[in-house]
Amino acid sequence: MSEILTKSRARNVFYGGSLFFIAVFAGLTVQSHSHVVSRSTTSMPLTEEVRLGKEGWERNSCINCHTLHGEGAYFAPEVGNVMTRWGVVDDPDAAAEMLGGWIDAQPSGIEGRRQMPHFELTDEEKRGLSEFLRWADKMNTQSWPPNDAG
Amino acid sequence: MKYQSQKVALAYFSVAMALFAIQVFGGLLAGWIYVSPNTLSEVLPFNVVRMIHTNALIVWLLLGFFGAAYFLVPEEAERELFSTKLAYLQLGILVIGTLGAVASYLVGIHGGREFLEQPLWVKFGILVAAVIFLVNISLTVLAGRRTAITNILLMGLWLLSLLWIFAFINPDNLGLDKMYWWFIVHLWVEGTWELVMAAILGYLMLKLTGVDREVVEKWLYVIVATALFSGILGTGHHFYWIGLPAYWQWIGSIFSTMEVVPFFAMMSFAFVMVWKGRKNHPNKAALLWSLGASTVAFFGAGVWGFLHTLHGVNYYTHGTQITAAHGHLAFYGAYVALNLAMFTYAMPMLRGRAPYNQWLNMTAFWLMTGGMSFMTFVLTFAGTIQVHLQRVMGEYYMDVQDQLGLFYAMRFGAGAMVVAGALLFIYSLAVVRRQAPAGNAVGEAA
Ligand code: HEM
Ligand SMILES: [Fe+2]
Repeated sequence: MSEILTKSRARNVFYGGSLFFIAVFAGLTVQSHSHVVSRSTTSMPLTEEVRLGKEGWERNSCINCHTLHGEGAYFAPEVGNVMTRWGVVDDPDAAAEMLGGWIDAQPSGIEGRRQMPHFELTDEEKRGLSEFLRWADKMNTQSWPPNDAG
Repeated sequence: MKYQSQKVALAYFSVAMALFAIQVFGGLLAGWIYVSPNTLSEVLPFNVVRMIHTNALIVWLLLGFFGAAYFLVPEEAERELFSTKLAYLQLGILVIGTLGAVASYLVGIHGGREFLEQPLWVKFGILVAAVIFLVNISLTVLAGRRTAITNILLMGLWLLSLLWIFAFINPDNLGLDKMYWWFIVHLWVEGTWELVMAAILGYLMLKLTGVDREVVEKWLYVIVATALFSGILGTGHHFYWIGLPAYWQWIGSIFSTMEVVPFFAMMSFAFVMVWKGRKNHPNKAALLWSLGASTVAFFGAGVWGFLHTLHGVNYYTHGTQITAAHGHLAFYGAYVALNLAMFTYAMPMLRGRAPYNQWLNMTAFWLMTGGMSFMTFVLTFAGTIQVHLQRVMGEYYMDVQDQLGLFYAMRFGAGAMVVAGALLFIYSLAVVRRQAPAGNAVGEAA
C-alpha cells in the first residue's frame, strides 16, 4: 500500500482530481443558471415590483426569523408558499391587501407568543413584498414543501 | 516558540476569544427567546440577535484560522513572517469591520442574505484584509521551506477568499441568488475550510504525537482529496428545492453522501497518529481538543449531515429543527473545537506560561462538548416531531412549535452549559499562571 501510494502520487491525484471536479461543477453551474432563467422561474415576470419586494425582504432581514424555500432561520413560518396557504397566489390585489394587513398588525403583543417586529413600510413596499412572495411561490421547487403548512 | 513574528497570533487569538464570548451569549439569548418569546422583542428582535450570533461565529473562526496560519507558517517555512506590520494592519481592519457591523445591526442597518448581512463597506474591508493576509503569508511561504501542511493550508485560504467574491453577487432572480449564495456557504464549510482544518490538524498531530512528517503529509493529501472530490459536487444537496434542474437530486445525494469520508478519515488519522506516536507531549489539553474536534466533526458533519442529505429524506426535513441540530454540532466539532485545540496548544507558548495547569481547560472541553451534544439530541427530537406533525400531518407551523416547548427549555439548559464551558475555557487560557515545572501537568485545580 505505502509503495503504491507515495506522497507525491497522493498530491498529484489531489490536484488533478480537484481540477476535474471544479471543471464539472463549473459546467453544471452554467447549465443550471440558464435553466433557472429560462425554465423554472418564468411563470411570473420579474417585474420592478418583485425587485422592490426582494430588496425590502433583504433590508428588513426577514430571513433571520423565517425560512424561504426552506432556507433561513427556523423561528417563524415558511413564506415560500404563504401566498398559496392564504389562497391569494393568483390575485395580486388580495395578496397585497392580506400581507399589508398582516404586517400592520404586528407585533401582536400576545404574551407567550413569538413576536414579529413592527416594520415601517410604504404601500409600494408592501405591494412589492407581496409580489415578491407570489413570484417565489410560483418558482418550480419540485413540489416542495410537501403540503401547504410549509 | 522559535520565531519572534509568531507572536502576532496572540492578538488574533485574543480577539477571536472575545468574539467567541459574544457569539455564545448571543446564542444563549436567542435560545431564551424560544423559551420566553416576549423577551426584548421590541428593542432587540430575534433576527438581530441571530445575526450577531452567526456573524460573530464566522468572524472569530476566520480570525482563529488567520492566527493559526501566522503561528504555524513561520515554523513550517523556517523563517520569520514577511511582515508583522501587515498582520496587525489586517487585524485592525477586521476589528473595525466587525465593530461597524455589530453597531449597524443594532440600529437596524443590515442586508438580508443569511450570514452575509454585513454592510457593503464591511464586505470590502473583509476582502482587503483577506488580500493583505494572502500576500503576507504567501510571500513567507514562497521564501522558505515548502511543506504539505503549508501547501494545503494556503490552498484552502486562497480558495475560500476567492469564494468571498460571491458575497458581492446578488442577482434579482431568487433562484440564482440562492444558487450562488451556496457557493460561499457550502463550499466554505464542506470544501475549503476542510483543507484548513486538515492542515491545522496535521500540524497539531505532528507536534503532539511526534509521528513522522512523511506519514502525516501522505494522510493529509488523501484526506483533502476525498474532501474536494465529494464536497464540490456535494453542493447539489442544497439544490433540490430552489428551482435548479432535477439531476441535482442524484448528484447531490450521491456526492454529499461521500462527504462523510473525509470526516471519517480525519478522525481515524487523529487516533492512528496518537496510537503510533512515541512522544508524550505535556499539553494533554491540546491533545484532548484535537481528538475531540475530529470525533465531534465526524458525528456533527458526517453522521448528522448524512441523516438528512438524501433528497427523499430532505424533502421532509428541509428547513426544520433537524437542520438546526446538524448546523450546531457540525460547526462546533469541525471548526470551533479545532480552533480551540490550536489556541490551547499555542497560547501557553505565546504567553510564556507553559507548562501550565490544564485541569480547567479539560473541564471546559467536557462542559462544552457535553452541552453541544445534549443540544443536538434535543433539537433532533424536536425536529423529528416537527417533521411528523408539520410535513406529514400538515399541522400549521406555529401550532407545531407550541408543542415543542419542553425541548426548547432543555436546549436552553444545554446552551447555558456551553456558555459556562466557554467562559471557563477563556479564563483557563487568559488568566491561569505558569505551573512549577516539577509539578504534574494534570493535577488538582489551580
Ligand atoms: C463541518 C462541516 C459542516 C458544517 C459546518 C455544516 C453546517 C451546516 C449549516 C449551518 C447548515 C444550514 C444552512 C442554512 O442556514 O440553511 C447546513 C445544512 C445542511 N448540511 Fe451541513 N454542514 C457541514 C457538513 C455537512 C455534511 C458533510 C453533510 C452531508 C453528509 C451536510 C449536509 C447538510 C444538508 C443536507 C443541509 C441542508 C439541510 C436542509 O435541507 O435544511 N453538511 N449545514
Ligand atoms: Fe452543504
